[in-house]
Amino acid sequence: MISLNWVKDYIDLDGEDLKELAVKITKAGVNVEAVKDNHINNLVIGEVVSCEDHPNSDHLKVCMVNVGNEIVQIVCGAPNVRRGLKVIVALPGAVLPGNFEIKKGKIRDVESNGMLCALFELGIEEKTDETYAKGIHEVEEDVKVGSDANEYLGTSDVLYELDVHKHRNNDCYYHIGFAYEIGCILNKKVTLPDITHKEIKEDVNDYLTLKVETEDCPYYLAKMVKDVVIKESPEFIKQRLINAGMRPINNVVDISNYVMLEFGQPLHFFDKDYLGDKIVVRKVKENETIKTLDGLNRELKTSDIVITDGDKPVCIAGVMGGENTEVLPTTKNILIESAIFDAVSIRNTASHLNLKSEASIRYGKGLNYEYTKMAIERACHLLERYADAKVLSGIVCHDKVDKTDKTVTFKTEEINKILGIEITDDDVKVELGRLDFPYVYKASEFIVTIPKRRLDIDPNINDIAEEIGRLYGYHNLVSTLPKGYTKQGEYIGDVKIRKETSKRLRTLGLNECKTYTLVSPDMAKLFRYEDKENVILPNPMSIDKSIVRTSIIPSLLNVYDYNTARSVKDICIYEIAKTYDKDFNEDLKTAILMKGEYLTNDWLKLNVKVDFYLIKGVIENLLNYLGYKNRYSFEKAQISDLHPGISSKILIDKDEVGIIGKVHPSLKKDDIFVAEISLTKLYEKSVKPIKFKEVSKYPEINKDMAFIVANEVESDAIKSVIKKEGGRILGDVKVFDLYPNISEGKKSIAYRLTFRDETRTLADDEVMLIFNKIIASVESQFDAVLRDK
Amino acid sequence: MHSDKIKEISEELKTLFDDCTKSKLENIKTEYLGKNGKITLLNGLIKDVPNEMKKEFGMQVNALRSEFNEKYEKVKSELEEAEINQKLASEAIDITLPGTNIKNGAPNILEKIVEEIESVFMSMGYDVVDGPEIEEDHYNFELLNIPKGHPARDAQDTFYVKGEDYLLRSQTSPVQARVMLASGGDKPIRMICPGKTYRRDADDATHSHQFMQIEGLLVDKDVSLSDLKGTFDVVVKKLFGESTKTRFRPSYYQFTEPSVETDISCFVCKGKGCSLCKNTGWITVSGAGIVHPNVLKNCGYDPKVWTGFAFGFGAERLAMLKYGINDIRTFYQTDLREVENFDRREA
Repeated sequence: MISLNWVKDYIDLDGEDLKELAVKITKAGVNVEAVKDNHINNLVIGEVVSCEDHPNSDHLKVCMVNVGNEIVQIVCGAPNVRRGLKVIVALPGAVLPGNFEIKKGKIRDVESNGMLCALFELGIEEKTDETYAKGIHEVEEDVKVGSDANEYLGTSDVLYELDVHKHRNNDCYYHIGFAYEIGCILNKKVTLPDITHKEIKEDVNDYLTLKVETEDCPYYLAKMVKDVVIKESPEFIKQRLINAGMRPINNVVDISNYVMLEFGQPLHFFDKDYLGDKIVVRKVKENETIKTLDGLNRELKTSDIVITDGDKPVCIAGVMGGENTEVLPTTKNILIESAIFDAVSIRNTASHLNLKSEASIRYGKGLNYEYTKMAIERACHLLERYADAKVLSGIVCHDKVDKTDKTVTFKTEEINKILGIEITDDDVKVELGRLDFPYVYKASEFIVTIPKRRLDIDPNINDIAEEIGRLYGYHNLVSTLPKGYTKQGEYIGDVKIRKETSKRLRTLGLNECKTYTLVSPDMAKLFRYEDKENVILPNPMSIDKSIVRTSIIPSLLNVYDYNTARSVKDICIYEIAKTYDKDFNEDLKTAILMKGEYLTNDWLKLNVKVDFYLIKGVIENLLNYLGYKNRYSFEKAQISDLHPGISSKILIDKDEVGIIGKVHPSLKKDDIFVAEISLTKLYEKSVKPIKFKEVSKYPEINKDMAFIVANEVESDAIKSVIKKEGGRILGDVKVFDLYPNISEGKKSIAYRLTFRDETRTLADDEVMLIFNKIIASVESQFDAVLRDK
Repeated sequence: MHSDKIKEISEELKTLFDDCTKSKLENIKTEYLGKNGKITLLNGLIKDVPNEMKKEFGMQVNALRSEFNEKYEKVKSELEEAEINQKLASEAIDITLPGTNIKNGAPNILEKIVEEIESVFMSMGYDVVDGPEIEEDHYNFELLNIPKGHPARDAQDTFYVKGEDYLLRSQTSPVQARVMLASGGDKPIRMICPGKTYRRDADDATHSHQFMQIEGLLVDKDVSLSDLKGTFDVVVKKLFGESTKTRFRPSYYQFTEPSVETDISCFVCKGKGCSLCKNTGWITVSGAGIVHPNVLKNCGYDPKVWTGFAFGFGAERLAMLKYGINDIRTFYQTDLREVENFDRREA
């Protein structure tokens, strides 16, 4: 929260419409989320001209109050209300903090046209037993009746609530930094606050030695003040802290916070009398703990930085001070610390302690070292003025800061090229002036030095282009299209087969699912048909999303459950997703789940139920489409979580690429059929380009044969014998008839054989010769009997 | 006397086929043209006709036969047509009975959006690429100008799978890094990489630990922020309608500089202000910017020679906006009653 009253200390905002300014700032990249005006309307100074007891109450008073242009009747219950008292009056229409609107009304049957206010009712003090007992605020005699009470209180302020991108939330989160941002919007200069103070002869170096033993503290400054008087802060400090969202405590604590909100530099105050004469900044030693200001015992890690008195920790650097050296109302002598610690280290410490303080947040974002010294001087200035402090001369200092300037050399045309605009050298000079970025211009080249307060800017042209671009206004950019060579875009690598698979499966009437890669241990236990181990997350968010899946089928079963619970009967779904084993080997898979009816026409009784042969047909159709016709086969196999008699491997060129079968009845009662194919394995198998094949001009000869064989004999086995014996002139072989259990343990299976030759008409007797050879071979190999014709 | 016979038959022909049926028709034919048919028999009479009349008589008989045949054929075809009509009438069905239900195959809603975006970008020369979802820290962060210790790498946001070396990618940007490295630093690049990404967000109506990004990258020798704006114009007009406008706002991303957020004019209220755009008239759809020189350098491209722009869309956000979906979990549940509407072409 930025107070504009406060910002006005550093930059001239006279005559600016602060709402419009907020819009301009937002457009230039620092997002002002809300503009809050805490001016309270209808709040005036009044004088109680009469004060009588309320007829229906033993503690209320009925007052006539002069508010300047009229005298109004107000009922008041404060113990200190009395005739002649000057008061703050909230008249009807005033809206007090907490969205409390004052209205005309009656209190116990007596008319009351407003409210006499206590400070806690105006949000200036906290509501406590103490402030409540004080009653209404007593305004000084010399304040004019009828005047604006906002002015009297000095509370009238406009506040900006910021929602800033990470990179700017260091410099835009303190008032001087924000003043610079306004400065570049309005093209105005910033004036830094007064840091002057007197110093006594005693030198802090006589009271303290400093040793910094860690590289994570490049800069450590300390000054000392004596004989402070701890009391309430002056109104403006209190008010500004409240507006910034901080609670006033006492003048000393408030000044440390005040300086932090000015310069962004957190300070830490130690009670010097409890600190001793030594400061050692170092990493934590094994098993060290500290009791922090909030009264909690903190266990530290050896990666944390602590401030010690040479022996024990007295402060967790950048995060929170220790109770042992805390500034108390009795404190007289203070050591002021202003330092820079490594941002990552502070973030890690705050994170493992779960302790986000105003200081740790700021340290975590990084600090401008130029303000480290200014802030400590500013604190001395304020302590001298508002806490009667005597400032010791000298400063304790450890300084290993890299002070190298960051500079960028560029030409205007390079900026134009990045942004796609056309500005001149003079335009660039104007923008750099607004940014308050020092530069040298020589031979149409700029050499810009990046101010230390802008930690976000790296020394490259793009960063400068961004600064100029945001002031130039992105809304002023024109739209152009990239020049240069182009071509039609393509699906690269396995993306192509993924898209083609998806396209065909949708065409076949399957709906595409997208489920989570991370699954529960129960899901990961299913369909472990490959010899793969899962990746188990070391730090999962929850147990049900703790394992990287190796099969998609369990996830599709969840989709099946979800839809079944919602009375969806026919479920034909697929998903294509990447799976990983514990060595992070990737396997892109497609899984299919089918249940219910594939074609439905109830009144026609034309209902095609999903069964093994239907899903097999889907897979065959897919594999044909993908170019593997005549290269795939199915091989009966025992596969975990599939019905032992209805499950198969899918092979291409004899290599296993997937599985297919019926979900084991012990897993799901419904007849659910699933298949899963590795697209990664398919992708590795090259496919020939499409070629036209003319059909034979010569007639075909069809021959049928039927065998009685044992039920267990697989049709494909017979088929392959037929094909082998049939040789070159045997074209298609199709099963066209099947009678299971035609006799005890036997089935009848019939094949239609198509003979053809591309170059001639076949003679009947040569076909018969082969035909008989096939029959003899099948009979002998499968103990089969040719069925009567 | 023979001519009387002709007249008589001619007279009979006038009404002969009235109320004829198919069975009667053949009888009539036999009666007149059969072996002993009335017209056939006329041929036998010719021998009694005087010579000079023979020709005349012959012509009259032929005319009679033609007339008969003509009438016969006409009636025959009429009868046949009536018969066919009757048969067709008997075969009529109730065409209002429901057709056989052929299952539809809907795309996942996110994939539908992704495919639309892919087609726009592919037409502008962008390849569609994907990379590993279990990614190395090096590609996911290091190369993208997010060094160790950077807040964006916070373990609270990222699913690490092994120490700090391997993680479930928190963005699809590592694919861009991989493509740049593979391109060897001397070829222009146009690519998009739609894909799954993972962050440690608890799932609720607006958060999902798994989500889809559609990021893109163009690297060439003369690329500006204005080119990015023009490219966006093309894409959002295709997705949200011709009247859609684009607006850039300054933003910040680690791997782009300058960075922008892209707003489009609200396609519901056309910029007047409504609940979708929270009365601003604008909707944020993307983050983008000029590729940070460090990223180019890390990935083998000389930033003095090459520039580029990069952008990213959230597929969920686009789909939620476009189709009016309020709960992000919709995309991952697959309620078949909800998704079946998506099996159709775009209006």
